[in-house]
Amino acid sequence: VKPEVHAHFQDWENERHSGHLAMWIFLASEVLFFTALITLYAGYRTHFPGEFGEAAKHSKLAIGSINTYVLITSSLFVALQLDAFKKGLPRRALLLQGLTILFALCFMGLKALEYTEHFHEGIYPGHWYHFDKVPNRGGMLFFTLYYVMTGLHALHVLVGIGLFLFLMHRTMKGRYSPESHLGPTLIGLYWHFVDIVWIFLWPMFYLIR
Amino acid sequence: MSTVAVAEQEVDGQQWPQENYLNAKSGVWSWVTTTDHKRIGVMFFFGTALSLLVGGIYALLLRIELLTPGRTIMDPNTYNRFFTMHGIVMVWLFMIPSIPTVFGNFLLPIMIGARDVAFPRLNLASFYIYVVGAAFTLWALIDGGVDTGWTFYTPYSLSAPSAVIPVAFGIVILGFSSIATGINFIVTTHTLRAKGMTWMKMPLFVWAIYGTSVIQVLATPVLGMTLIVVALDRSFRLGLFDPTLGGDPILFQHLFWFYSHPAVYIMVLPGMGVISELVSSVARKNPFSYKAIAYSTFGIAFVGFLTWGHHMFVSGMSLLDSGVFGLTSMLVAIFSAIKVFTWTATLYRGAIAVSTPLVYIFAFLFLFVFGGMTGVAVAGMSMDIHWHDTYFVVAHFHFIMVGGTLTAYLAAIHHWFPKITGRKYSETWGFISSAMVFAGFFFTFFPQFLLGNAGMPRRYYAYAPEFQMLHVASTAGSSILAAGMVLSLVYLTYAVFKGPLAGDNPWHLRGLEWKTSSPPPEHNFHEHRIEVSGEYEPYDYWRPENPP
Repeated sequence: VKPEVHAHFQDWENERHSGHLAMWIFLASEVLFFTALITLYAGYRTHFPGEFGEAAKHSKLAIGSINTYVLITSSLFVALQLDAFKKGLPRRALLLQGLTILFALCFMGLKALEYTEHFHEGIYPGHWYHFDKVPNRGGMLFFTLYYVMTGLHALHVLVGIGLFLFLMHRTMKGRYSPESHLGPTLIGLYWHFVDIVWIFLWPMFYLIR
Repeated sequence: MSTVAVAEQEVDGQQWPQENYLNAKSGVWSWVTTTDHKRIGVMFFFGTALSLLVGGIYALLLRIELLTPGRTIMDPNTYNRFFTMHGIVMVWLFMIPSIPTVFGNFLLPIMIGARDVAFPRLNLASFYIYVVGAAFTLWALIDGGVDTGWTFYTPYSLSAPSAVIPVAFGIVILGFSSIATGINFIVTTHTLRAKGMTWMKMPLFVWAIYGTSVIQVLATPVLGMTLIVVALDRSFRLGLFDPTLGGDPILFQHLFWFYSHPAVYIMVLPGMGVISELVSSVARKNPFSYKAIAYSTFGIAFVGFLTWGHHMFVSGMSLLDSGVFGLTSMLVAIFSAIKVFTWTATLYRGAIAVSTPLVYIFAFLFLFVFGGMTGVAVAGMSMDIHWHDTYFVVAHFHFIMVGGTLTAYLAAIHHWFPKITGRKYSETWGFISSAMVFAGFFFTFFPQFLLGNAGMPRRYYAYAPEFQMLHVASTAGSSILAAGMVLSLVYLTYAVFKGPLAGDNPWHLRGLEWKTSSPPPEHNFHEHRIEVSGEYEPYDYWRPENPP
């Protein structure tokens, strides 16, 4: 399949370059989106160092760590999916896209389980927080930020699932070839970004105690 | 073409191009679904001009209210809502999008010899995102308005009895439009330059829009996130900015100004780009230093990210922080001065043509330098503590930010009017109205410097009787400004329909936008693919073989 070049681009290389550049700039913008929240986290961690450490001991380290494994593995599938397209094996790519979605759903399931357990302990965000083991403002802020940041991350995972469903649909229609697989490449970049955000959230909310 | 069009071709010996972007497709549907960057630019013009009108009506009502020390036409609550809505509409619906979305959209691809922006559908989406964001904001305006001031300072914005949430959402949505446009312009500049159009051959306006886009892409998400947190705090009592729950309102101010200070460069950098183009045009001279203007754009864009703390000298920052932020703020003045000196050096001994854009260039230079000097003054912490939250600051930012953006916007409208509409406006009326706008602007805000220095706080509904004289002077100035703007609207509208045909290059300029017809064809050029020769320069007025 020869790639279809839009008329305002000079050639396919030009169009491909534009797509890549746009995605990288978009991701830079996304980084700043999360940075605003990371700044809040840094600010409050400085205000309440003891309480933050105390609160972090009550986060679900096991679930968080398994989720890290799940998400990184899904990124591996995404990388292999691209490799499959390059080798002209769209059916293998389709399978790997399916596995990515499966692992993303697994991540979301574990996240839901984690939230539910926290709710049972009285760990709600903000004003509704009534966790008796860390009954102070620092603990409240830690878990509020936990909900806001992991929530925003989960939203990105959901968007990713949607994008991979779209990719599977296009792959089944045979729209990608070894020469032309810009969509999978760009959505792959997005997925790796979502992964990297989690790599930051994992130590912030689970490891630094 | 019909016989009427053939008859039109004879007017002034100028030709009305047979095919252009306005008549390429017809019907309302062809406009609302267009992916032509020129049509999208025109639609953005109507959006931003309407916003300017709405924000201007608020401003006039505020000025009327301030004619007397007590109540004049509205109660204090209405007054609070009106100054908030004036700020929000003017900042997010007019000044941030104005020059990039209208002139950036229309001109950037043509100036670099491209057929369209890199992502035409994203460009159209950006327009509709703007419309949806504006609709949220204006809905809140009907639904009682907001009374927090355009800065949404917490904790008041968390409990204010007004429509904070819809307006905050409106602004977040507008932010996505801003980011989408920014990405589009950056990518277009990188990948769609015509063959031979190297970076150092791009018109200076393109540099300015490029620098602006970088700020838009990097600063806007921080504001978006901050306002989302405000909305969450308000709806679900999360307490992230709420001191009663342990949150820190000062952190809000840091995050807010991390966007909103660079935002003033989103507003003024495109204006600087317009002025850079226009000084060469009116003086028929090359820019005194192309590189100085291009590189100082990035100086401003970069340093602009490191100055936000100067809004917070009285919010409880350490002396060290305040000192550092004061110094970085003054650095902006150095880069701005490089531009101002380059522009004046360009004008010096040029063959200056007296025209409406020239008046706006002078207005820009005067307001920008005056506003800039007072900016250096308020960047000094010791003096800022005296002027903070007074009319001095109001006058300062109106001079530099509004004066800069508005005069450049009007200058751009006049300069590129022949290209966009294919017709000429009346130079006499243009001259009169630009003089009125300049004088009106000066007399609106100059008294406010005096008011602030005498101690009149900003955002106050009632004031001491001794301030009345200056307030009346300011209101008088604003009515001249308004009359000048209405006059522009009248003769420009007339010129769109009845103005004489302009021809392809009425100003005799070098840029690629003047090498295509007026109005340009659907894909900008009659050739399928533009190539720029090695000798091409966007400004080559010194060559004897290229007389103006």
